[in-house]
Amino acid sequence: MSAATVHPLLKAKRRRATLRNLAFLSPWLIGFSVFFAYPLISTVYFSFMKYDGFTSPTWNGLRNWSYVFNDYPFFWPALRNTLWLVLVMVSTRVVFGLGIGLLITKIKTAPGLFRTAFYLPYLAPPVAATMAFAFLLNPGTGPVNRILGDFGLPTPGWFNDPSWSKPALTLLALWGIGDLMVIFMAALLDVPKEQYEAAELDGAGSWARFRYVTLPNISPIVMFAVVTGVIQTMQYYTQPLVAGKVASGVIGGSGQQFEPGYPEKSTLTLPQLVYNLGFQRFDTGSACVIALVLFALAMMFTALLMRRRNGFLSAED
Amino acid sequence: MTQTHSTLTSPSSPSAPAAPAVLPAGSADAKRAATRRAALQWIAVHSLGIAAALFFVLPFVFVFLTAVMTDNQALTGDLWPTTWAWGNFGTVWHTPGFLTWWRNTLLYAGLGTVLAVASSLPVAYALAKFRFRGRNVAMMLVISTMMLPPQVIIVPMYLFWAKQLGLSGTLWPLIIPMAFGDAFTIFLLRQFLLTIPKEYTDAARVDGCGELRTMLRVVLPMAKPAIAAVALFQFFCCWNDYFGPQIYASENPAAWTLSYGLESFKGAHHTNWNLTMAATVLVMAPVIVVFFFAQKAFIEGVTLTGVKG
Repeated sequence: MSAATVHPLLKAKRRRATLRNLAFLSPWLIGFSVFFAYPLISTVYFSFMKYDGFTSPTWNGLRNWSYVFNDYPFFWPALRNTLWLVLVMVSTRVVFGLGIGLLITKIKTAPGLFRTAFYLPYLAPPVAATMAFAFLLNPGTGPVNRILGDFGLPTPGWFNDPSWSKPALTLLALWGIGDLMVIFMAALLDVPKEQYEAAELDGAGSWARFRYVTLPNISPIVMFAVVTGVIQTMQYYTQPLVAGKVASGVIGGSGQQFEPGYPEKSTLTLPQLVYNLGFQRFDTGSACVIALVLFALAMMFTALLMRRRNGFLSAED
Repeated sequence: MTQTHSTLTSPSSPSAPAAPAVLPAGSADAKRAATRRAALQWIAVHSLGIAAALFFVLPFVFVFLTAVMTDNQALTGDLWPTTWAWGNFGTVWHTPGFLTWWRNTLLYAGLGTVLAVASSLPVAYALAKFRFRGRNVAMMLVISTMMLPPQVIIVPMYLFWAKQLGLSGTLWPLIIPMAFGDAFTIFLLRQFLLTIPKEYTDAARVDGCGELRTMLRVVLPMAKPAIAAVALFQFFCCWNDYFGPQIYASENPAAWTLSYGLESFKGAHHTNWNLTMAATVLVMAPVIVVFFFAQKAFIEGVTLTGVKG
């Protein structure tokens, strides 16, 4: 039916429906334009400007971009760290989360108690959790090295040693695995029981059952965990920053300059660079370049997430 | 106990009592071998469980034990306090600023949660229950903003709030945007609202209810568990936020929150791990207390993110 032949009453009804939709969506429509679209466009604009946040911005061409990629000494280490975190931290988190999820479905005695114990660290505020780990892994007086030493094991420098700082962050991330555990647990309980029975009749051992029944059934959730893990890594900010600050002994609070990435740029992540450039060195333009790199990476993985999970947007009617 | 053993041997049987059904009607020998295997498996699973539980629980234990050590002992690396210095918690509590940080955090998290849930509910309702052109595009945009690192847009946002509105040194730049829908809350609520059968809303419409009334009177009561879950997530998201307060409030200690203040606390009490850990306990405690009261809502919220997609 073309628009011209629509009955006037129907037309009025449609207009009312449109107004109703807009009314319900209005908080988000305003929010999206003011707190997302507008600042995003501004970020693009500022990335081509020379601007210190005080004097008025002047055109700078591609110089901010060239500075970030060629001369800013923190950019490539931050990108390399991100790659490390994606490869090691995300994958160990997914494997460990799946392992804990499997374990909790097998525990029959006091499962609630175990589940609570596994879940609680996830709730610990990131700053508090990081401070706790900075203390636990403190090379001098921390309980972890104390215990390792008692057993004659090597005692790494953790947050004070550039080759151990990212493994220490990984340990902290594994501690807060509760969300993944719950998601995997729910997925594992959803696997149809008949498939296990059929596999068992065919003589499949426990590994074969896991490989050919469990994994194919939960693979969408594994994929979801990987991609959201990667997106979280793009946003990884509080833990590496606080760990670096506490380990280096820098006094927190206002006005304190802190060489980011302590020790030796090993805990740098891209979000930290936005803060460092924009709010400590007042190089707004270059901060916006980093922000756009971050944006491109985050959107790339979000697109992957949405493509992989067609059901994500499914309309049920 | 015997019941739990036998269910373990066969993941296919329901977790209800099924002891005899699992075993073939074989000899007593075969029966005994099966029971032994089940017992061994029970031991293996639960030992592994206990080892894992230690990994998750011990950090809390060590943090707590250090929090009640004396200043001198905290420097020694001892694991167990010789004298229990309960006064550390009082010392931290009365540190200048600590109470202010609490108040600010409560204000940010409390007001932020109420605003975010109230403004996100109609949006989620529209995205779940109305059919209109561009609905999927809108949903995709919601998910994109949810996945976006806050640092991407922080520079213009800061200039907007601080330079144009003069609100730096306060938490308002963090609270006010909550009144315009939060992507994560919209997403979770919408996922839940999709599961409410159409018949309920249709029936309300037939009875002459407007959409607003249908949402508030029919759907809202049914969505209470989901609303509780998103409210808790939102609350802890604000409670845990470090980046926001660092950007907007760092210049004014009277506007600091617990997450931001805690880190500076370590600076002020440079060598006193006991006081730092006592402060850490005091920041973690409310979260854990609330969890014990609202366990179900939490777990429901987490599963909403991943499974009901």
